[in-house]
Amino acid sequence: MTFEQIKERLGNKTVGIAGCGGLGSNCAVALARVGIGSLIIADFDVVSESNLNRQYYFYSQIGMKKVAALKENIFLINPKIKIISYECKLDGNNIKQIFKNCDIIIEAFDLADQKEMLIETVLSEMPEKYLVVGIGMAGWGKNDLIHIRNIDKMFICGDEVSEIDPELPAIAPRVGIVANMQANTALEILLGGEDKRRNKEN
Amino acid sequence: MKILLNNTPETINKEEMTVSGLLKWKNFTFKMLVIKINGTLIKKSDYDLTPIQEGDDVIVLHLISGG
Repeated sequence: MTFEQIKERLGNKTVGIAGCGGLGSNCAVALARVGIGSLIIADFDVVSESNLNRQYYFYSQIGMKKVAALKENIFLINPKIKIISYECKLDGNNIKQIFKNCDIIIEAFDLADQKEMLIETVLSEMPEKYLVVGIGMAGWGKNDLIHIRNIDKMFICGDEVSEIDPELPAIAPRVGIVANMQANTALEILLGGEDKRRNKEN
Repeated sequence: MKILLNNTPETINKEEMTVSGLLKWKNFTFKMLVIKINGTLIKKSDYDLTPIQEGDDVIVLHLISGG
């Protein structure tokens, strides 16, 4: 598939991004670069200086709502994309409504209880949706622990063991790897796994 | 009974066990979990009531913070 064909295939697809922090902002930017048609982004938070060690924002955007700042940054890369943004806290009551038109939902929260809430909501109320979650990416190094695991329509990206801690912060390289793995998994779902390289291997 | 736990065969030396019992037996002390049995999500409120049965395919996903 040429890049033009990839863009054409992705042009009518919609990906929902639940949370616009380290995972969500980087994943959204990767999907925007390859020409995803629409993104639905949701987050309640504002950009703070401490976010800049991993999140796709700039010093000048400190204090801005993350959804507004992300929209601004994505439009600088790809002004043709359609972005629907929700400045709100996601919960069990609004997730279904907000993400109902997505082909795939990306779980991009920071806190474990929020991850649990989103996964439970999607698996119980929208079982037909593909869900790509990020679990375990704190610290640095240990590239070899990061993996992908598939359970029905859910895909888990991360090392599933490295939890954030004052001594083990979430920082750009590993968070970026997992965020881009989530974007890469979304592409595999949307475009199919068969690319030229794999055909050659077979 | 024999079950599959996170794709690994496990033998439980008990005739009856609930999801809560399984978590205790395996020392899964994490608070944040998602559990699926044979593809169906088990809600937290049902852990005490849901039995584990011979041949079940049990997935226990541990959720940790960071993102």
